[in-house]
Amino acid sequence: MTSATTVRPAGGGAARAPRRAGSRPARHLRRYWQLWVMLAPAIAFVAVFAYVPMYGLQLAFREFDFAAGITGGDWVGLKYFQQFFDSPQFWTLLRNTVVISMSTLVAGFIAPITLALMVNQVLGRRRKKFLQTATYLPHFISIVVIVGMLHVFLSPSSGLITRLVGLFGVDGANFLGSASAFVPVYVISDVWQHAGWNSIIYLAALASVDTQLYEAAKIDGAGRFSIIRHIDVPALVPTMIVLLILNMGNVLNTGFEKIFLMQNPLNLGVSEVIATYVYKIGILSNQFSYATAIGLFNTLINFAFLMVANQIAKRVSNTSLW
Amino acid sequence: MQRPFAALRRDTPGDLVFKALLALCCVLVLLLALYPIYFVVIASVSDPTMVATGRVWLVPRDLSWFGYEQILADERIWNGYRNTLVYALVGTALNLVVTMPAAFALSRREFRPRRPLMFFFAFTMFFSGGLIPMYLLLRDLNLLDNWLVFVLPSAVNVFNLIIARSFFEHSLPDELHEAASIDGANYFQFFLKIALPLSMPILSVIGLYYLVQHWNDFFTGLVFVRDYDLQPLQIVLRDILISNQAFSGGAGGAGGAGAGSYAQQYADQIKYGVIVVSTLPVIVLYPFLQRYFEKGVMIGAVKG
Repeated sequence: MTSATTVRPAGGGAARAPRRAGSRPARHLRRYWQLWVMLAPAIAFVAVFAYVPMYGLQLAFREFDFAAGITGGDWVGLKYFQQFFDSPQFWTLLRNTVVISMSTLVAGFIAPITLALMVNQVLGRRRKKFLQTATYLPHFISIVVIVGMLHVFLSPSSGLITRLVGLFGVDGANFLGSASAFVPVYVISDVWQHAGWNSIIYLAALASVDTQLYEAAKIDGAGRFSIIRHIDVPALVPTMIVLLILNMGNVLNTGFEKIFLMQNPLNLGVSEVIATYVYKIGILSNQFSYATAIGLFNTLINFAFLMVANQIAKRVSNTSLW
Repeated sequence: MQRPFAALRRDTPGDLVFKALLALCCVLVLLLALYPIYFVVIASVSDPTMVATGRVWLVPRDLSWFGYEQILADERIWNGYRNTLVYALVGTALNLVVTMPAAFALSRREFRPRRPLMFFFAFTMFFSGGLIPMYLLLRDLNLLDNWLVFVLPSAVNVFNLIIARSFFEHSLPDELHEAASIDGANYFQFFLKIALPLSMPILSVIGLYYLVQHWNDFFTGLVFVRDYDLQPLQIVLRDILISNQAFSGGAGGAGGAGAGSYAQQYADQIKYGVIVVSTLPVIVLYPFLQRYFEKGVMIGAVKG
């Protein structure tokens, strides 16, 4: 290489490359091969571990053949989807999945905003920092430990919370073994774990509010609550919308791990969701094609929700993901 | 009042009520966030009977190390600990080696294919092949019951890739690259000698994200690994905390014992201890690392 070719103007083709032989792809490669080398491992990993499984989705429309592998079985069309829609499990699974994810979505949406509005009112950097540090902490506890903590706190005989509830006259409540308590316990522990962490992004939005607005409002005689309502909340709206869209794309993506760990025969009627069912049908009882079809159904619904939410947000507020 | 803004400084009765309410709420939130964790710690060193009868709530009582003695003697926990440590360290190293250069390349504005490539990566955040095709793929690659399954499939986290890319985009001005290329630096040299040293904050952020992700990974062991010797800490924790599997010493299995029995109380103490032992690394490191974690969220929030 001559020294002239190593001078590479940043700013993408603004300065014409020296006239050289070779087609456009060849020139591109000569100039950027190092970037391609840096990207190659990431592209390879994503191609193998994300796109090959997508290619494997065709299994949902095929009979699984142990000898011929994923793509070797006979086409069966929509047989397995039909089987799922006709199964007595279908409506229960769909209802459980939607109930759990919607409750989590709503509670998990409101709690961080409330928390951020509150923390934002706290005066004094150190106090604020301490409050934030304390509320982020549970985010880093593993799901297994969270469910383990639920087990010790909600133990019917000795649990801290059970005894606390006992003070109000409910003795020996078995929260983990009851169908009606499953969703509240799931949602509340989820809020406990993530509300602090999820409030970071809202706090950042609040920190960027022009302080002149507050002063102007005070001079106009606005009270504390009306300042929150008319200045703080509107400042959060764009962030809320983006996060809401993202969460909509996960409507049927309930947290597999936590639900699976919280399941027991007593609450299975409300705690069996699509994700746990796919695991049981597919991995535990080897009905690969059927489980793939159920999983694909789940993914498609999520994707549709994401698209619709994104479109609505684009139309209504000019905020969108892309 | 001489000064126009004096009204802003004096607390009206309304302000006082507001402040009192705020302080109350803050204390409540603090208690809610920290007390459960604190309680687990004090319960793990208190006499189990004291805990079970509700006499431990502020400070440990009748110190008892029974739980920790049992845990120290339990081979499963240490085996799981060691496995998790290996997977987390090897995994995070691979994560960073793969993610950082890719993020750098994607941040170069003059690199035209970066937009379609971003789509290639981001699409996987919203659409996936799902569990079964993944399982069959790993089976075909001989990764089931293989320790590499804890490391390879999670090599790139697209979210972290985007965070790192945003960081490079905002922290490396074009002029810097221009100057470097005039001095004869190619992309490799620019990345290694200039971009990487400037990106220590983001390296720590996503390194920590990856580390926590590996430390807390339960799914991989559950679905893709049968061999108990390979299982990470989280699977062992599940067996002790949730499935109530007996301890080597015989204590711990609450299954057969009646609720509230002696055995159950000791089982609970072991559980408190296990929670502490397994979460300790994160909790101890947490105050020091917290500002990095937060920074990561902020960089990620810059829309890409």
